[in-house]
Amino acid sequence: MYKNIEDLSLSKLGIHVFLIGVSISCLLPLIWMIASSLKTQDAIFTNMSLWPEVFKFSNYTEAWKGGRFGTYFLNSLFYTVTVIFFIVLFSSMAAFAFSRLDFPGKNILFYMFIGVMMIPIPGVFVAIFVILNKLSLINTRVGYILPQINAGLPFSIYLLKTFFDKIPKEMEDSAKIDGCSKWQIYWHVALPLAKSAIAVIVIFNALSTWNEFLLANLIFSDADLMPLQVGLLKFQGERVTEYPQLMAGMTMTTAFIIVTYLFMQRFIIKGITAGAVKG
Amino acid sequence: MNRHMNKTKIYSLLTSYSFIVPALILFAIFNIYTFFDLFRLSFMKSNGLAGSIETFVGLQNYIEIFKDKVWWESVGRAAYITFLALTLQNFVALILALFVDRGIRGETIYKVIFFLPPVLSGIVIGLIWEWIFDGNYGLLNHWLTLFHMEKFCRAWLADPKTALYAIAFIHMWRGFGWGFVIFLAGLQNIDRELYEAADVDGATWWPKFVHITLPLMVPVFVIVSILTILGTMQIYDLIVSTTKGGPGYHTEVPITRIIYSMTGSLNFGYASSQAIVFGVILLIVSMTQIFVSNRLKKND
Amino acid sequence: MFRKGNLFFLFVLFFCLCFIYAGCGKKRSDSDAVIIWHWMTDRHDTFLKLSKQYKAETGKTVIFELSAPTDVYTSKVRAAAQTNTLPDIFSVLGVSQDLSNFIHAGLIHCLTPYMEENHHEWERSFYPNAIGMNAFTEPNQWNVPEGIYGVPIDVTNIQMIYNKDIFKTAGIDKIPETWEEFLKAGDLVTSKTDKQFFVVGFGETWLINTMVRIFAYNLIGEKKLIQTIKGECPYSSAEWIDIFNKFREMSEKKLFAAGIVTMINRNAERLFATGRAAVTYNGSWSVNVFRGMNPDLNYGTMFFPKISDHYPLLIQGGAGSSLMVSEHSLRKKEAVAFLKWMTSKSSQIFLSTETNNLPSNKEAVGQMPAILNEYAKDMDKTFHPALLPVGEDPNIEEATARGIQSIIIGETTPEELAEKITLLKKQTLNESE
Repeated sequence: MYKNIEDLSLSKLGIHVFLIGVSISCLLPLIWMIASSLKTQDAIFTNMSLWPEVFKFSNYTEAWKGGRFGTYFLNSLFYTVTVIFFIVLFSSMAAFAFSRLDFPGKNILFYMFIGVMMIPIPGVFVAIFVILNKLSLINTRVGYILPQINAGLPFSIYLLKTFFDKIPKEMEDSAKIDGCSKWQIYWHVALPLAKSAIAVIVIFNALSTWNEFLLANLIFSDADLMPLQVGLLKFQGERVTEYPQLMAGMTMTTAFIIVTYLFMQRFIIKGITAGAVKG
Repeated sequence: MNRHMNKTKIYSLLTSYSFIVPALILFAIFNIYTFFDLFRLSFMKSNGLAGSIETFVGLQNYIEIFKDKVWWESVGRAAYITFLALTLQNFVALILALFVDRGIRGETIYKVIFFLPPVLSGIVIGLIWEWIFDGNYGLLNHWLTLFHMEKFCRAWLADPKTALYAIAFIHMWRGFGWGFVIFLAGLQNIDRELYEAADVDGATWWPKFVHITLPLMVPVFVIVSILTILGTMQIYDLIVSTTKGGPGYHTEVPITRIIYSMTGSLNFGYASSQAIVFGVILLIVSMTQIFVSNRLKKND
Repeated sequence: MFRKGNLFFLFVLFFCLCFIYAGCGKKRSDSDAVIIWHWMTDRHDTFLKLSKQYKAETGKTVIFELSAPTDVYTSKVRAAAQTNTLPDIFSVLGVSQDLSNFIHAGLIHCLTPYMEENHHEWERSFYPNAIGMNAFTEPNQWNVPEGIYGVPIDVTNIQMIYNKDIFKTAGIDKIPETWEEFLKAGDLVTSKTDKQFFVVGFGETWLINTMVRIFAYNLIGEKKLIQTIKGECPYSSAEWIDIFNKFREMSEKKLFAAGIVTMINRNAERLFATGRAAVTYNGSWSVNVFRGMNPDLNYGTMFFPKISDHYPLLIQGGAGSSLMVSEHSLRKKEAVAFLKWMTSKSSQIFLSTETNNLPSNKEAVGQMPAILNEYAKDMDKTFHPALLPVGEDPNIEEATARGIQSIIIGETTPEELAEKITLLKKQTLNESE
């Protein structure tokens, strides 16, 4: 893009040194985690090197079985996909309304959603439990999914609204002239143009839903309904932490998120182009 | 005719509202009760347990907050870390996003690597950074000794002079990936034709950055800075897992104070009023930002 | 409405089906089972074995349900109390104040009648401290009716632990018993070896508070400690300054490991387990931790060094985990019967050998690793703040611990701290009036 700066080879070198430096600091914890997942408990603390003396691959099978990952993995997958689907759907609808439509109370409602992000609620778990109990949703999958959708909405609405605001008015008008309804404009014009924002929302919420375990512990008493992170808790006792199995389990759970990100980041690409207006 | 007009108008309004209904229903279920309860508790002396006595104390909790030195110092501390994050962290995030956006070699690899810190578990990050900052056998001290700078060696997380900076550093390192991804999404959404037109005019990278990129990125800047403010002002799990607010009160932040009021001193009323005061502060800061950016947009 | 939206409709349909699937929670089949909520992640498997054994012996079903970590557990219990959905057996984690709140709210079943059956047979099987922590005697600060409200399932105490190899290298032949000897041992370790002397998780305020209490018991005795808590004796007395001064002394002699003021217990355990510090101060649970991190560690317990001859030297100890029976439970008798079985000699031996925790039943002591026996033998030399009829205000305890952190890093002096706490104490007393 900025051709002129690339002529300065010195600054080019500097750029690469900087990028590689930042990259190393980001990679170090990942490598340490993987290395530790192959060590024995005492080796983690006595031998800090990143290359295990003995590779103990059995940590992975122990973590998989001990943490009941088989059951939990499917649960987590279901929760994550469902939560993300509804967050994307509901937040894009609301953001579209806040950005492109006019109706009384629009601003108040929008700032209400934003305001929710600001106030930290002490004892929010107790409140959620009380509400879910009133709805008889304790120890159900729905009871676990609904609060998480709700928690993801404000930020997603705000982010998407920012992106919808940038859609040129002409595109909307030409769609209207073609006889598109509001829903059709939303579906055929707005959503496709906000692909990168949606990718960001998917990544953010996948991360938080996939890593959630506090709410799960609060509302589930049935172990068969629990998500993956609960399996990791097993290795973190009150006093004793089984680091090798914990790291093995974490490597497995983190891998999923990284794969999701790898897949979604392909959508963080050129959004609005002239071609989109014509098509 | 008139009635027909009204009918279409009402129908059109209903369609508009139908877009926000699902979000609104969830909001009503989970947030309204929670907020009213929070608000009510902030005027009470309560241990947070149903069935035990709650006494109405009026504004006493709020008056106490204004006298609570530890609380205001913790707010100041969070604001300071936030200032650092807003400038340093977001600057780095933007620079990295610009490099990747202009298609540097290894673009995809960098995209993935820069997002690793937010993805990794807090446990791993805590262990790694404690190991680096450790005062006894820490990596940082080890490196300093290698370069004959022993006089700087210290327990970084326990020294009142450095503890807050060490925390801020870990926090920023962990957080820049978020800013990077959003900036990148924003940059990629900019119409490439604008740059091409500028290229035709023979513009160098700096004018293009100032006249094309910056103005179009204002809303993205606002969103990233609001996220940074929220994420950093509400920082706490990092502190709980490294310093627990110590030494003394040197790394106490608002959320750790609220948690202490709730579980440490069992004063739910006070915790609620702290939360409301803190929420109002955040709300004012964020709203100011949104309004200022709206003004900027209109002036353009 | 949707011209090309058929795909969208399919999507919605799919997710509606998913939601219906999601809505199907399992209904509990055995409604006469006793349900127990606990937070002890590492003991869950042992508990499951225990419930199987109980089923085999009595034909009754007991279900253990785990929720962790402890703050979630506490939220869950509080929330269940609010919605009247507490299980038959649960636990109130926290200090006397928490327990008294639950009792006043009418949520906890008083166990005194069961304890007193057969000439106090059940009550007497426990360590007195362990049962005392779950009991209230009249009069007490919280106006709780006299009685026993919980069952301890294990005990624990906090001791000084030393690395035998490091002591040998430093040439310490006699285990220090007094404060002076302790400091001298510290000088020997720091001068003759490259190891740290004392490592402890002082980033966690409760550990500081236990140590302050040991000093107080030893120097001013329980009676005066109670008077201090009641506000009849000031914190600004010479004795309290002397207690705070102990921390300054250690800090000035550089006997603390670097950075202990923000060190969490886990890291202190790591330093000690890897042989980088000579002495640590930690609970009996750390035996499990050390075994995992370094099975070859050569260590033993030593009794806390005494700072005066005025009063007997006691260490802090008591129940590790306790369980309570819900007042609203429909199966109180069955719940109590299970708890009785769980704290019987045979179950306690099983629990302590499986999990390496000290049994709450005195008769079960014995078949444990030697180091745990060392801990167990000191159980009769323990105190616990929960046994007192009064409890210090949490704000005072926090200010004390934070102040001691500041003393250790040289930011404040014992005199200043004493003055600050005295002032705070006055304010607290005025407020409660």
